[in-house]
Amino acid sequence: MKIVYTGEMDQRPCKEVLGATIEKIVTEDENAIYLDADLMSCAGTLKWGKQNPDRAIDCGIAESNMAGVAAGLAVAGYRPIIHSFGPFASRRCYDQIFLSGGYGKNDITVIGTDPGVTAAMNGGTHMPFEDVALYSVLPGSTVIDVSDPTCLVSVLKQCVYRPGVKYIRVGRKQMARVYEDGTELPISKAVTLREGTDAVIFAAGIMLHEAIQAALSLEKQGVSVAVVDCFTIKPLDREAVVAWAKKTGAVVVAENANRHGGLYTAVLEALAEGCPVPAACVAIEDEFGEVGTQGYLQQRFGLTAAHIEEQVKAVIARKEAE
Amino acid sequence: MELTEKKALQAFAVRIRMALVEAIHAIGSGHVGGALSIADVLAVLYGREMNVRPEDPQWPDRDYLVVSKGHAGPAVYGTLALKGYFPYDELKTLNQGGTRLPSHCDRNKTPGIDVTTGSLGQGTSQAAGLALGNRLKGRKNRVFLIVGDGELDEGQCWEAFAFAAAKKLGNLTVLIDWNKKQLDGRVNEILPLGDIAAKMKAFGFDTVQVDGGDVEAIAAALERTRQGGDKPYAVVLDAVKGHGIAEAENTEMNHSMPIDDQRYGRWMAELQADLAALEG
Repeated sequence: MKIVYTGEMDQRPCKEVLGATIEKIVTEDENAIYLDADLMSCAGTLKWGKQNPDRAIDCGIAESNMAGVAAGLAVAGYRPIIHSFGPFASRRCYDQIFLSGGYGKNDITVIGTDPGVTAAMNGGTHMPFEDVALYSVLPGSTVIDVSDPTCLVSVLKQCVYRPGVKYIRVGRKQMARVYEDGTELPISKAVTLREGTDAVIFAAGIMLHEAIQAALSLEKQGVSVAVVDCFTIKPLDREAVVAWAKKTGAVVVAENANRHGGLYTAVLEALAEGCPVPAACVAIEDEFGEVGTQGYLQQRFGLTAAHIEEQVKAVIARKEAE
Repeated sequence: MELTEKKALQAFAVRIRMALVEAIHAIGSGHVGGALSIADVLAVLYGREMNVRPEDPQWPDRDYLVVSKGHAGPAVYGTLALKGYFPYDELKTLNQGGTRLPSHCDRNKTPGIDVTTGSLGQGTSQAAGLALGNRLKGRKNRVFLIVGDGELDEGQCWEAFAFAAAKKLGNLTVLIDWNKKQLDGRVNEILPLGDIAAKMKAFGFDTVQVDGGDVEAIAAALERTRQGGDKPYAVVLDAVKGHGIAEAENTEMNHSMPIDDQRYGRWMAELQADLAALEG
């Protein structure tokens, strides 16, 4: 595996990659099928979808029905992929995903776009901080916060053939490029992006870039910090989490979601049972979203490299005080 | 319809009622009213209309039944047991720990149950997806969907109906159990639905309304749906909650009722008499 992170944005907006990947999967496998709730334009699938109405089913603005239709298609032998914006792909259709999908053992891949502060100009109504928690408590589910376009391609292909309900949260804009094109990232395997000895940052989604920036800045100050990509929030790579906690003795989690029920919670569970060490998080406190640019919102909610740096210093101080 | 076939379907419906009473009596109480009200339509579906193979419940080309009012499970289990999907005696395990017959229909537990339901409204979208999937796979089979009238309170039903019409699902037939009551009382007092048949027509369904207790009328309505076409079908079953057992029918709050030994004796005697009259 080759890490190609330089801090530069990947040239491809995630929307383009998402649309092309859905089209490829559904075109290559006659049992794969894609459904949307009047947001094909936003998923990069509209042109292909209009030409292939039997492979790309536009359900209209009715996410609950879309989730149920997907379950029915699964009963008929299909492997459905459904998409909407994060809040509508999670809380709006949660009972349908939970029962018609999970409980009914109908495998469905759910894509929720614009997670957390990436919903930016759509504001608080469209800004899911809770989607990770909701999907995490669905038995047998898989929850992914995509780290870059290459990760998106890899996990989407895997999710379609994975049992249970799979939830992929991904922004539509550009993200920092982390992995070489074509890299396969096995679900539930965390990836170490930087080694370190003083502390470790477990990060997911857009927070990965912030975490690496924080580690680079700390390195200049003589602090050695590991960065681990936890794009699979569930099932979490507990082995990697515990190993890095043992190696460094101080943990910071960085996520673009509510601190309750997300990656921080999952990491703390692993630490409590495997290696209790000082830990802290950079995440959304117990708050609703609001409107603004993504940059403004990252400042407003404390989701920046500077905030991570501060927390790393704090956990190292706690470790040393013990 | 020949008289012998009519009597055979009526007898099948009586046997479904006996089977569900058997099941609910074994656990002590259950969803009596809404199970009894669909016994006649189940008799026509499994006795005449549906192409199924009880020895091969997963046969992909079978006709599917989605019972969206999942709490009517006992009526469906009674029907499936009578069709040979599983032993009749197993009905007595209803709702017992470890049973294959949970109160609400579960496709992963019961042989012959096609879709998991129980959270009202959810069977409608699944049935639409199933009908669409079957059509896309080139299958010639049909999907039947039983929905309660109270269940129509759920907005998801109407999302699914709009979808079914938009996708021209002529292989889908929605059977609405218009039994006029829901858990807390009369539909007209809790959330009046107006003219259900007119609503279904307005949603783009080929719609008829028939007496939900008349097997001949139900059979005729279902026979029409064999032609397929560009529109999904709706059959509004003008039914009576608790139908087929006088005491259940005459109990105002009959959504869920206990069946103790005395009541079991009375109800089975009444059903036995009905059966004797039909089979003489």
